[in-house]
Amino acid sequence: MLLHPLKPRGSQPGVSEPYFAEMISAGFPSPAAGYESSELNLHEYCVRHPSATYFLKVSGNSMQDARIHDGDILVVDRAATPRHGSIVVASIDNEFTVKQLQLRPVPCLMPLNPAYPPILCDPDALQIWGVVTYTVMSHGACLS
Amino acid sequence: MFELIDVNAMYCSCEEAFRPDLNGRPVVVLSNNDSSLVAVNRAAKALGFRRGVPYFRCRSQLEYHGVAVFSSNYTLYSFFSARFAAVVESLAPRTFTYSIDELFVDASHIERTMSLEAFGHQLRAQVQQHTTLTCGIGLTETKTLAKLCNYAAKKWSSTGGVVALTDKNRLQKLMNLAPVREVWGVDSRTEKTLATLGISTALELSRMDTRLARRMFGVTLERTIRELRGETCFALEDGTPAKQQIMVSRSFGERITALSDMQQAVTGYATRAAEKARQEKRWAKAVSVFIRSSPLDTQGASYNGQATEILPVPSQDSRDIIEAARRALLRSWREGIRYAKAGIMLADLQGKETQFDLFNEQMARAGSEKLMQTLDRINQTGHSHRLCSLIFGLAYYAVNFSVLC
Repeated sequence: MLLHPLKPRGSQPGVSEPYFAEMISAGFPSPAAGYESSELNLHEYCVRHPSATYFLKVSGNSMQDARIHDGDILVVDRAATPRHGSIVVASIDNEFTVKQLQLRPVPCLMPLNPAYPPILCDPDALQIWGVVTYTVMSHGACLS
Repeated sequence: MFELIDVNAMYCSCEEAFRPDLNGRPVVVLSNNDSSLVAVNRAAKALGFRRGVPYFRCRSQLEYHGVAVFSSNYTLYSFFSARFAAVVESLAPRTFTYSIDELFVDASHIERTMSLEAFGHQLRAQVQQHTTLTCGIGLTETKTLAKLCNYAAKKWSSTGGVVALTDKNRLQKLMNLAPVREVWGVDSRTEKTLATLGISTALELSRMDTRLARRMFGVTLERTIRELRGETCFALEDGTPAKQQIMVSRSFGERITALSDMQQAVTGYATRAAEKARQEKRWAKAVSVFIRSSPLDTQGASYNGQATEILPVPSQDSRDIIEAARRALLRSWREGIRYAKAGIMLADLQGKETQFDLFNEQMARAGSEKLMQTLDRINQTGHSHRLCSLIFGLAYYAVNFSVLC
């Protein structure tokens, strides 16, 4: 799974959209629509540490069971602490990769796709670049 | 108490941030038009590459050693610069952005809560974590001494990148080791003249007679000497201006929330920056604007915006700089933020000879030089601030007008 940094540019003016607080059930939308509790600014929602957050674009499908697909954009937070089970961006063999971090029973980077083997790694050599906090995925492809 | 924090090999480190394959490899960055080396990382320096060397002269050597070569990308560098400054500001309330990769911090009250050294290490770790950039930190009594401590932090790796010195004897030891050219504000010409007086280290300079220094070199060197002796002469925002970029930035007395107020402030900074560029006979190609909220504000969202405009032709014309700054401001502006600070940076500076590009259709404005000379002359003799700002305002409308025509 390859990662490409998105060309940084000045954050675009954030657009606040009306935010419906009720969960939308996947299926028939509730006729009693949710009420507007506040305005949702997507940037603020996804970015907890502005100075430590980067957007990376994914290519490859080794994380499809974590619902990370080819072409998706990852929100990566370098200030978040990686834990057992976190989805992380790590550098292995001079390349960025996104995998699930597993610390037990032995430290390894786990692809969430049965077609790929887990990567056992030396805990001292393992470099975690950041923790994936959100994935931005387009559903546009479903329509075509 | 002052602190100087700067990023090691800033341009190279930015290029390496998203490239794990460059880890430990030599990296160099070329100036505009790929003419010479502007940045060299540690590994490239160890191979003998130096800043300022023309590219054509070392090209085959670079290829031979497998050095990663990049054209300069000022959009990327100001992106990281803004983040670097935001991280430092979140830990230290009073800072002054000195250049794209250097910040002075007022560290006066730090020692009430923690040791200077611990503060330095905390800052360094946080910058590394948030931005991937590694920095060097010098902490001590005055800005000139902080610059020397910073030099020590970079030169000797056993310091762990942080040098905090308040002890007089240890400071003297450091000054004895530091050549005089490493002292802030001493250029190569001053260095040569000082050499004829038998002054080659910072310690010898600090023992020079201040009256003699003032007569021979002017008041700035006298202040430098006083600063080396531990006497504060430069406040947080004073001192010799940086060479590689031109910065103008200020914290606002009151928070700004309206775009029109911010435009006014940024136009003022752009005017000042263009003036500085003309004084230093430099032409800028990259104009960056940054705006941010205060990390100390509890109400409202925090925001740290920046944008860079690349000019088609290097310029020192107030109209070009103002126009680019306003475009960059509009791109980085976000409604509903209580802005505490804004600034402008001119980068990718060059001398006159590179101003005209044969293949560039857009030539510099006709008559620009004369108009700007007149503007500067009026401003120098200008009796009131209002007159100056009226002229700046007119310069801005002239820009709008030429766009409409």
